[in-house]
Amino acid sequence: MVRVVKDARVLARALADPASIAGLDADGWTALLAMARAEQLIGTLAMRVDGLAMPAAVKAILDDAREAAEHGRRAALWEAEMARRALAAVDCPVVLLKGTAFVAAGLSAGQGRSIGDLDILVPRESIDTVEAALLAAGWEWVKPDPYDDAYYRRWMHELPPLIHRERDRMIDVHHTILPLTARITPDPVALIDDSVTLENALRTLSPNGMLIHAAAHLFADGDLAGGLRNLWDIRCLVEEFGTDGLAADAGRHGLSAQVARSLRIVDALFGAGEATGIDRLYVRRVTARDGWGRPTRPVTRLAFYIRSHWLRMPPAMLARHLWTKFRKA
Amino acid sequence: MRHAFSVRIGPIGFRIGSDWRAPIATLETLYRNYPGPRDGVADFTVRLFARRPWRRFVRPSVEIGGDYMLPEAAPLPLRQGLLAAEMAMNLQMALGVRRYLLLHASAVERDGHAVLMTGISGAGKSTLATLLAARGWRFMGDEFALLDPATGLVHAFPRLISLKNEGIAAAEAAWPAARMGPLLRATPKGDIRHMVPDARAIATMDTPATPALLVFPRYGFAAETRPVPPAEAFVRMTQASTNYVALGEAGFRGLTGLIAQVPSVAIDYPDGASAIAQVEALWSAL
Repeated sequence: MVRVVKDARVLARALADPASIAGLDADGWTALLAMARAEQLIGTLAMRVDGLAMPAAVKAILDDAREAAEHGRRAALWEAEMARRALAAVDCPVVLLKGTAFVAAGLSAGQGRSIGDLDILVPRESIDTVEAALLAAGWEWVKPDPYDDAYYRRWMHELPPLIHRERDRMIDVHHTILPLTARITPDPVALIDDSVTLENALRTLSPNGMLIHAAAHLFADGDLAGGLRNLWDIRCLVEEFGTDGLAADAGRHGLSAQVARSLRIVDALFGAGEATGIDRLYVRRVTARDGWGRPTRPVTRLAFYIRSHWLRMPPAMLARHLWTKFRKA
Repeated sequence: MRHAFSVRIGPIGFRIGSDWRAPIATLETLYRNYPGPRDGVADFTVRLFARRPWRRFVRPSVEIGGDYMLPEAAPLPLRQGLLAAEMAMNLQMALGVRRYLLLHASAVERDGHAVLMTGISGAGKSTLATLLAARGWRFMGDEFALLDPATGLVHAFPRLISLKNEGIAAAEAAWPAARMGPLLRATPKGDIRHMVPDARAIATMDTPATPALLVFPRYGFAAETRPVPPAEAFVRMTQASTNYVALGEAGFRGLTGLIAQVPSVAIDYPDGASAIAQVEALWSAL
């Protein structure tokens, strides 16, 4: 069967319904693999279709991807352990976020997932102590620019990124889940209070907390780059934990609309749902990828890029920020 | 993409897409004796593209992309499109390969045993492998030797041989009948000319070899040979491997196994003839 690959919906379908790969010919596979790599979902794809019939060349590529994801998982957990040791003397909860949290808790969202930086959430009142402890343990500033540094400290939901001088790995230390300049102000205290303690005393957000964070990151911040991977995270969390109490929790953080939207779009991409209205634009954006792994739909992408800045800060501040950045460029 | 070509080099399949016909036409000609990717599915996708639509025509400049990209990779003029393609393929290898420990080395084989020659750009890896092949050795590759950590065998990766500066004339003299790519003058790495490996190298590219000797050549010095202690050889090879860290434990096992198994020797050489004599003397003494 020859299927014309129009966008990354074919990848979404392969993840949600692994049996759908049965119809792929060589070109279909090549396109699917290129897309999955570009969306950083090849490890996830490899886990999902493991054991199904496929050409030997494809199996070899996906075996490698699984191996690489396993190595990535080990490295991410090690990095979390390094942070745990560095922060052991600081008397505050340390909550793992995103990919590292998924693999630390053994969740399906972590299976085959690519993991970049280590993201942690700590109480805002502890942030100075945490920063000092990390600097003492070998992490260093990445951004030497004083404007960027000051901007992060005053307006962002995280410290300027730190990198470890020996392991070359980044850590993002959050004190809340959205920039302070955003119109929505989630309640980080409630997120930390609800967090779940792991065996090694590190924590993860509660299942609803993880869902809310993922939805906030996708729809209230950023330009939806890597959106397909984040939506897959949400899909796995919903499947594993359900949505009991999710609406109420989302309401507490002012993120009801974002959480509802993420569930609708997950259903449209990975389930039987059909996107309607403005949701169709979001689907258009997160599937904007062709069979060569190239980003497509430049106008849609640009619109979401502009929107991300609009969401992140009030107009006068945005103008000032862009002016400063422009002068420095 | 508008123009496309697929090829298999050793165990690795590539799909190369381009906004222009010219680089694809050159690849088709030079790689015409190579097979396509296994099962028609390439391991890696490479893209040669114009950053802006008008850059296809106005001072056309080739951006390098693919499954794996480097943000700081500088574009090349269209007349160096073949170089762009080769650089993009190397980049996929360097950042993407997981099945093999990638050694930045050229390799030649005799009686099932391989000599690996590693060194920085300009050390003479490509030239030495080409000259040895002209003396009856089987050419396995001039850029990457693929070490399988599970078996300890090296697999061939006989891509087009990338000859540089003085190496071009030396290789042309040794292989007068070889098919050559266009002479690319004044590239970021000096003058470059690609040579198609000999027919035997391509026909036997699926046959791996047992490593027997690891050589660290250095061009431009009086002839000298000295053994390299295992610890030094190990550290130098971790630096000469682009995926040593990414492979984790498998990479460590593969590399320590290699260093324990074969002698490591540094050779300084003033010219090709001396180097050949030095390598063959080492080989005879094994």
